[in-house]
Amino acid sequence: MTDLGNDLTVPVTEDDHLQGNIDAALVLVEYGDYECVHCGRAYPIVKKIQQHLGKDLCFVFRNFPLSQSHPHAEHAAEASEIADAGGKFWEYHDVLFENQDALDDSSLATHAANLGLDEEGFQNELQGGTYEDKVQQSFMSGVESGVNGTPSFFVNGSRYDGDWEYEPLMEYLSSLR
Amino acid sequence: MSNILSAGTPAPDFALQSTAGTSAGDAGEMVKLSDLKGKNVVLAFYPADWSAVCGDQLALYNELIPMFEKLDAELIGISVDSAFCHQAFRENREYKIRLLADFEPKGEVARKYGVYREQDGFTERALFVIDAEGVIRWSYLSPMEINPGANHILEALKEIKEGVHHD
Repeated sequence: MTDLGNDLTVPVTEDDHLQGNIDAALVLVEYGDYECVHCGRAYPIVKKIQQHLGKDLCFVFRNFPLSQSHPHAEHAAEASEIADAGGKFWEYHDVLFENQDALDDSSLATHAANLGLDEEGFQNELQGGTYEDKVQQSFMSGVESGVNGTPSFFVNGSRYDGDWEYEPLMEYLSSLR
Repeated sequence: MSNILSAGTPAPDFALQSTAGTSAGDAGEMVKLSDLKGKNVVLAFYPADWSAVCGDQLALYNELIPMFEKLDAELIGISVDSAFCHQAFRENREYKIRLLADFEPKGEVARKYGVYREQDGFTERALFVIDAEGVIRWSYLSPMEINPGANHILEALKEIKEGVHHD
């Protein structure tokens, strides 16, 4: 074992949840957990960075639920995939991070209904675990890439070990532009 | 700078307390490394219970227990905290991984593995993957402030499973 790097083992593709152009100069990938308070704190920081960098940035969110630590994280992640199938991934992602104290199954359904997603279909897919495997694959891709907690960020494919407060992360990203 | 034991070295044996007893004089349960022969063991030395980076690191390992089991391995945490401290920490975080107390003589096991920090009395953040015969197959000294994740542990365990040798 000679490679001690921490690089994405699954490259970013159009199948990812992404905002911006996949060919942008900067591709920021977050492995996150909707119930993690640190991810909740990172959420507005990422938004601000997106606003600041505009078309130079492609932002990707990958589910990494720490379900042993966070009882609602797995279902929240699966629910975001159901929302994705209904074309509402980012709206749902935002609602979850803005309502981290309301992530139980009934709240997840309410958030979905508020976005106009089909309620019965949502419940069936959530309870049936339709996206369990997809979320697990996302989780394992993170583990194998060196995700070490949530949130974990990767910039242009490599793990970012620096501080992710707005200024240091922004400074780092700007230096690569 | 610590002199961390490297791949190919037999893992020094030890017996450490894994659970708190009913009182300070009661030893509680012990874990003896040589009793774990026959399966792979991952030793994760970390500086201290309750500090933020350690917490995240152990939370990740706790999530990966089924993955370690698939690779015939158990991951065990070690720090110089006492068994009572570990017990409170595990209960608070709901961790299922075992945490060993390298408490008396303080840091003795960490010294044997070359990961004790004389300068501040903590253990380094260091990982050892030990095979079923008790030989270290991979070791890694992480910068204190960086959580090393699990990817390289899993790679080392997969190499053991596939019979790849580097020593």
